[in-house]
Amino acid sequence: MPLRLQLTGITKRFPGVLANDNVSFSVKPGEIHALLGENGAGKSTLVKMIYGIMQPDAGEIVWDGQPVVVSSPKAARKLGIGMVFQHFSLFEALTVLENIALGMDAKIPARDLEARIRQVMAQYGLLLDPHRTVATLSVGERQRIEIVRALLLEPKLLIMDEPTSVLTPQEVEQLFDVLRRLAAQGCSILYISHKLHEIKALCDTATILRGGRLVDTCDPKQETSRSMAEKMIGAGLKDIVRPEGRSMGEPKLVVSRLSTAKTGHFDVPVNKVSFTVRAGEIFGIAGVAGNGQNALLDALSGEIRSDDAESITIDGFPLGLLDTTERRKRGLCAVPEERNGHAAVGEFSLSDNSVLTARDRLGMVVMGLINSGAARTYTGKVIAEFAVKALGPASMAGSLSGGNLQKYIMGREILQKPSVLVVSQPTWGVDAGAAAAIHQALVDLAAVGSAIVVISQDLDELRALCDTLAVINLGQLSPAKPNAEMSIEEIGLLMGGVHGATEAHDAVPA
Amino acid sequence: MNLDLLIAIFITVVGASTPILIAATGELVVEKSGVLNLGVEGMMLVGAITAFLVVFLTGQHYLAIVLAAGAGIATSMIFGFLTLSLSANQTATGLALTIFGTGFSALAGQGYSARPVTLLGPLFPAELATHPVLRILFGYSALVYFALIMVVAVWWFLKKTRAGLILRAVGENDLSAHSIGYSVIGVRYAAVAFGGAMAGIAGACFPLLLTPQWAERMTAGRGWIAVALVVFASWRPFRLLAGAYLFGLVMTMELYAKAGGGPLSAIPSELWAALPYLATVVVLVLISIRRDASTNAPACLGRPFLPSN
Repeated sequence: MPLRLQLTGITKRFPGVLANDNVSFSVKPGEIHALLGENGAGKSTLVKMIYGIMQPDAGEIVWDGQPVVVSSPKAARKLGIGMVFQHFSLFEALTVLENIALGMDAKIPARDLEARIRQVMAQYGLLLDPHRTVATLSVGERQRIEIVRALLLEPKLLIMDEPTSVLTPQEVEQLFDVLRRLAAQGCSILYISHKLHEIKALCDTATILRGGRLVDTCDPKQETSRSMAEKMIGAGLKDIVRPEGRSMGEPKLVVSRLSTAKTGHFDVPVNKVSFTVRAGEIFGIAGVAGNGQNALLDALSGEIRSDDAESITIDGFPLGLLDTTERRKRGLCAVPEERNGHAAVGEFSLSDNSVLTARDRLGMVVMGLINSGAARTYTGKVIAEFAVKALGPASMAGSLSGGNLQKYIMGREILQKPSVLVVSQPTWGVDAGAAAAIHQALVDLAAVGSAIVVISQDLDELRALCDTLAVINLGQLSPAKPNAEMSIEEIGLLMGGVHGATEAHDAVPA
Repeated sequence: MNLDLLIAIFITVVGASTPILIAATGELVVEKSGVLNLGVEGMMLVGAITAFLVVFLTGQHYLAIVLAAGAGIATSMIFGFLTLSLSANQTATGLALTIFGTGFSALAGQGYSARPVTLLGPLFPAELATHPVLRILFGYSALVYFALIMVVAVWWFLKKTRAGLILRAVGENDLSAHSIGYSVIGVRYAAVAFGGAMAGIAGACFPLLLTPQWAERMTAGRGWIAVALVVFASWRPFRLLAGAYLFGLVMTMELYAKAGGGPLSAIPSELWAALPYLATVVVLVLISIRRDASTNAPACLGRPFLPSN
């Protein structure tokens, strides 16, 4: 049988970067092929060329034995290439049906299209009501739209770009079932991910990219997660070093019955959340995106103030009524999820960004005047200690790559030695090397007696990092348990929570 | 108040509403594609002077309407080039377009002030158009029917056609539309051109339908009311229709009050004149408070499309 897809010597250059350097690999019919690499390794650029969004500067794409030029996504779909994007290309204000219709090149009457959609949904167990507005759907349901849209074209190659980053473990299993069924029918799948255990569970072949170059093509079932990770980052992986004989201290951060009001149309507020974090403890909060994590972070940081002073206390001191500045003075620092625009101002220098959150704790403002020398010195220290790749304290925050900006932001808060640190998605979109450094810094901060709250959707991260875990679902927090005593199934069920039950109820059978 | 007067008032209201309705229908399509063109007033003035000059020189009313639409498109393309091709700020460019349109129309109209032209006559034969009762249905010029047809056509286009769906998609999420393979800039150019044509025709209503002469700034802020009306109607064509007639009613009341029309003159005519603008402010405040209405706004409204990551 001829190869479904064969790439030879694909090269793509952007100003200042060689995104893909002479990459060659092939995909067989019915094969689930992993494309593995860190952020910036060139995976997305490569698939964008296969899908016709970009054109290679050099190299050849051979499809079913024929050399082809994929000039546009439309041409790609015509060949039988479908793609499910990492960031869904969905239109929130439109219905499921309208969204799917937009992705179809052929003009199909709405009624026929609906019948075909229902047929595909039934065939693969992807249940959804075609007339619901996308804004009302969960992330997992939104992904189903993208998959249905791709499947309607009866693709011969389906590209999945980091499909599981937002799913619960159960949803991941469902997705894998669908993908295996597709592959069994002869559809090839190009699966982009950096989650190694998933690739081991799902894929037949793995192509590993690093810095735009192909490092290795291997059988993931023959490799260990560690060996693939090391190929991915090109160096030995550092383990988190935990100090010996650590013991938890007194309760430091006590949150009791903390609630927020519903503000926007699609916001999820938190409802009577209670938990305690002891000195030296790392407390993890797991959950699928959009279950109240943002409201919880804002309520803890002080962006949303509580009506009840006692709802948040540090060492017994009530903080509930105080704003962010006052809470920072009392030792509570926070890092929100959105790093550019929320945690840092892209148009400001790193030095000015340091003044924004460290001014009171480190005395950078004297009688209303900024002590820019102190700000520069402190920023220089952050850059040095957290190995931030930046020209210096005067660099614009927006000019840093995502991972470097995150290292700077984490460093800026951690070096203030807060007694409580709340972070959301500390390593989201950060490469494995930087993630390890950030994790180590959090462990070190806990070791000197700070209480740390980590809100994350990355279960692997929480499992590796935290002493205690709780799960947030629809704004409610499950009881906390020691990390070691929680099974992945238990966490998964809590993450799906009430939501999983209502979802099945809403779905309309075909 | 007798039936005759009521019918006369109704006909005046419909006439006064028509330019606002046409301009707002065009702007609705523009905004649905994600572009905020605040230059409606300027494009209307360019349309008005074009229509006036064509009628003054040739006496051809329908030619005047067509050329006014063309002038509106040409003006809108200045905006399109700056905001779509060069990604300039839409708000600033729209304001500049209004200033440009005001100045340009004043220049082109120099020496024509208060020179009379003829109004565009009714579309239907005189037996229907001047019938004491039936004139409420048949007594209007083609522009009035055009406005109504366009409201229905735009609703149908946005709701029922694939092209309309693509236009809404572009306004909702330009990056996604681009990644699926639609030409965001192309769709927006088309929408801006349509908005320009409609604003030009709306401008033509002033010399052809309302006051048969040229006067500087004769659109008197109706373009701004049209922009506000789009928000007021939360981007729904039929609400636009209701809103435009409501504004038309208030403006007609002003005319009757000025003419010393009985009980209406108890309120100073200046207050009547200010009412549409006050109503605009009140409506915008109400819309801002009511969150659900604003959620119908196209998510990309006013944001330049920058496809690079």
